[in-house]
Parts: sequence; structure tokens; C-alpha cells
Amino acid sequence: MSAPLLSIEAVGKTFDVAGRHARALDSVTLEIVAGECHAIVGESGSGKTTLANLIIGLHAPTEGVLKWKGEALPAQRPLALKRAIQIVQQNPRSALNPRRQIAASIRLPLDVHTLYARRAREGRVILLLEEVGLDASFLSRSPRDLSGGQLQRVAIARALACEPELILLDEPTSSLDVLVQARVLKLLDKLRREHGLTYLFISHDLAVVRAVADRVSVFDRGRLVETAGVEALFAAPRHEATRRLIEAIPVVTEAEAELRDRFRAETLSKEGQSP
Amino acid sequence: MPSDEVILHLRDVRLAFGKSGGATEVLHGVGLHVRKGEKVALVGESGSGKSVTARLILGLLQEERGVSVSGSIRFVGEEIAAGGDFVRDARGRRLTMIFQDPSSALNPTFTIMDQFHEVLRRANPGISRRAAHAKASQWLTDVLLRDPDRVLSSYVFQLSGGMSQRVMIAMALANDPALLIADEPGTALDVSVQAQTLKLMEELATRLGTAVLFISHNLGVVREFADRVYVIYRGRIVEHGGVEQIFANPLHPYTRALLRAVPKISEAGLPDLPEFSEDFLNPRMDHPGCVEPADEVAS
Repeated sequence: MSAPLLSIEAVGKTFDVAGRHARALDSVTLEIVAGECHAIVGESGSGKTTLANLIIGLHAPTEGVLKWKGEALPAQRPLALKRAIQIVQQNPRSALNPRRQIAASIRLPLDVHTLYARRAREGRVILLLEEVGLDASFLSRSPRDLSGGQLQRVAIARALACEPELILLDEPTSSLDVLVQARVLKLLDKLRREHGLTYLFISHDLAVVRAVADRVSVFDRGRLVETAGVEALFAAPRHEATRRLIEAIPVVTEAEAELRDRFRAETLSKEGQSP
Repeated sequence: MPSDEVILHLRDVRLAFGKSGGATEVLHGVGLHVRKGEKVALVGESGSGKSVTARLILGLLQEERGVSVSGSIRFVGEEIAAGGDFVRDARGRRLTMIFQDPSSALNPTFTIMDQFHEVLRRANPGISRRAAHAKASQWLTDVLLRDPDRVLSSYVFQLSGGMSQRVMIAMALANDPALLIADEPGTALDVSVQAQTLKLMEELATRLGTAVLFISHNLGVVREFADRVYVIYRGRIVEHGGVEQIFANPLHPYTRALLRAVPKISEAGLPDLPEFSEDFLNPRMDHPGCVEPADEVAS
């Protein structure tokens, strides 16, 4: 097997807040394999976002090391690495500059990373819009004229413009309505296959994770408590934090209710065994 | 248990924004009702009209300019579609509300006790601080907050999202309202906290016999909470039924799409669904046994 695309080796992160130490991540070891959709799940405060910030280089780890294709990621990221790792955030309305037309937002990374000849960039922007299910009519529009789902498609096009290898998706659909969410998740899945992308998909919604992920890592209070293939995780969740997340999901079908009730019963019987 | 008494009744409610001639209609004849002690959900996506419906019932929209309302809204028998004194007086007492984001609904510059005292004064203007404290403390115990005295002396930024939401629930129930409107409570919280908060609200409302109009975009949440469900799409009610009827046998194409679109823990992969389809605009469908009160009288 080839080296993983990204390895996180015994990484910890402590923040100093008002003279107190806050342990956000504790000895996390994890490998992201090229081509997979790897979900990071956990409740708020579990360390998901801290991990994302370490990966994009916003913070440096307190201890441990992050490796990209086997080599340690430097604190100051060279431009090529910034291009290779992109992020799509939860709220596209705050991720896009409200005063910039859609064309300019998508074009900016092409200019920054000098991708394509200057003359070819406008055509490239149109192609990117088409990739995410929009078209040239969006070029001169402003973010305030777009719906949440359209804006998230623009944010995805902007990430794609960099021709990245890894995209961090930080709750990319949790601000969208369910029908729009279904379409955006479908789009993300298609893009990953067509472009051979690797996803790190951060979410607190295990039902969404079930739909899109290959492997899942569960975080609880700064620790990685369980990593498993998505089928295995839902067939037999091992950690209490995983069960808690599954049990909390509102269900809509009988099949789901049965599955969840089974987990609840198992959790109760386990609690009964411990003193 | 729900009784026959109708607490809230909307008939053919239309709402438009803007000057006549150039007005945009956003509600196109909404009809719904809530009986005493009943939990009714109004489910729709953003822009469907569910939150403006809530603000109309509370009489808040009517106080703004360029808003025209027609049709009828009856709350405990009084006509309130035009807003006015009755609903203004009922707000915070017989008609209360819980909002999506508790931390922004509470005032950051006053302690929880100050705000709780204000809430209790709405129903009982002469209540002393000491009596209010005792009452507030009891309510916070009822919403399962440990150390209520510490919570009362806190400011909202000193509480977690889940704790603030519990404080909001206590405040919303403290004056024994006839109707509680809950607008996406807990969506700002993470899934497990949200689940606990909703369960608590459900149990308390049942115990107190409070009618609840529960507004949400999430059908999954509704399934555990509501007795009856209205699905709203683009300013029209498209389906109305008992919670089992809606989930076991959705009739309207839009409801069916909504149900299929929710990711499920029991299956992998994603359905192929359109964001819009012509038949989402099909007329309203009512399940057997689910009729509006006016129709009952007629039949």
C-alpha cells in the first residue's frame, strides 16, 4: 500500500485561554488515504474544527506531526500546498465576499496560483460553474442574489478551481434545506469520483455521514475514540460516543427507528452491567 | 390529552408585503388549527412561509409597515388577524414563544433572574423579587437545571447553548400559556443536546396540558414530537395529517420528496431528487379524519 495522503501522528493541541490551558485535541493518530471520503464526527467541543484548522495550517499543533504524502507539513505552507488542500465551510454566505461578483470569487484562486493562461481563465470559470450545476448566467451576479444552495455550489467551484487533492468539507450542508442538501451531497459525490478527490467530511449528523462516507472517525472531547468503515460502524458501533450520536438522530422511517431502538437497548444493557 | 376546544384557528390567511399594486403575496390562503393540549407541527423549508405564519399569530408582523393580511386568525376565540390590543396583551402570558437561537433571544446585559422576573411580571405585575426568585428557581428545577440559583445569577454568555435553551423553555411555560409557539427550537445546538431539549419540552407541555405549535424544517424531529402535522410549501399548506399518517403514507408529492431527501441511518447512498417539480404545487391533501373546524360544523 502506498503512503497515506495525510497522516496525523500523535497530534495534540492546547490553547491558552485567559491563563488557563484548554486541551482541544489529545494524541490523535489518523491516516487519510487518497481517494476516500473520510468523515470526522463528534459533538460540539469534540475537536473536529481544531483538527481542520491544523490541517489547513491555521494553527500549529502543540505536539505531534502532520505529514503530507509522508513528509512533515511545514508551519509556513508553500503556495503549492495551500493549493492542494482546500476547504468548503458551513456557511457559504460568510465564506464568499459579498461585494465580489461570482466570476471574481471563482477566478481569484486561478490568478493567485497562476493556473491557466490569463486569456483562458474566464473560460475556465465558466467550466467550473458548469461542473457544479450552474452556468455562465451566474458570472456577473452578486452573492446576495443567490440561494444558500447556489452559494454553496459557488464555494465548491472555487475550491475546485485550485485543482486540489484534498478538500475539507466542514458541515457543508448543515445550513441547507433537506432537498437542497440531497442535491449538494450528490454533486460532491460525483465530483470526487470524476476528479479523484479525497474528502475529509466534518459533520455532527451521522445520517449524512452514512450516506456519503467510506470511513468514519469519531471524536469525543478531543480524543479519537473510534475509526471504522461506514458499514461496520453502523452495524456495530463500539464506543459510547458513537452510540450517543446515532441515538440522537431524528428518524423518519420504521427501519431507522428499529435500528436506533436496538442501539438504545444495547446501551441500556451495557449501562446495567457496569456498577 | 387534546380536547375539543380550539385554541388557534387560521382560515384562508393571506399575507402580502409591499404597496398595493406592487405587493408580493407570500401566504396564499393558509388554514390550520390547534386544539387544547395538542402538539401540532408546521413543517417547511426556508422561504415556505412557516416563520412569517408564526410572527402573524404573535401579532408582530402586523405592527410593521407595508404588510397586508386578510383572512381570519382566532386565538382562544378572539379575532387577531389585524393584530391589536388583545394579542399584544396575550403575548408573553397566554401566548408565548421559543426561538431558534436561545443565546440571542436572551438579553446579554441582564442576569437570568432579572429577565425571569420581567417574564413573571407580565402575568403578575405586583410579584416581588423574592416571590419571583422562588418561582423561577422551581421552574429551572423543572427543566432539569442543576443549581438553579447559580443559573439565575448568571448572564446568558455564562451558560451553554443547551442550558440557555432550557431557561427559554422555563420562561415560555412559566405564565401557563394556552399556546406555545416553538420556532425551530434547538437547531442551533448539536444533535444530542437538541434531542434532549425537545424531549424535555414535550414532557413538560404534556404534563401542563399546553398546546404547542412546533415549527421546523426537519421532518425527523417532528415525528417524535407532534400529534398532527401540516406541511407548508411556498405559502400553501400542501398536506395535513396525523403523525403516523404522514410518515406511513405521505400523499403529496412534495411531502414524499421531503421524506426521501432526509439521509437515513439505515441506508447508504443518496436518492436522486429534484429541488423543484411541477407536482410540488399540487393542491392540499388532507388525511382521513383530519379536517378544519369550520368544515366539521358544516358536515
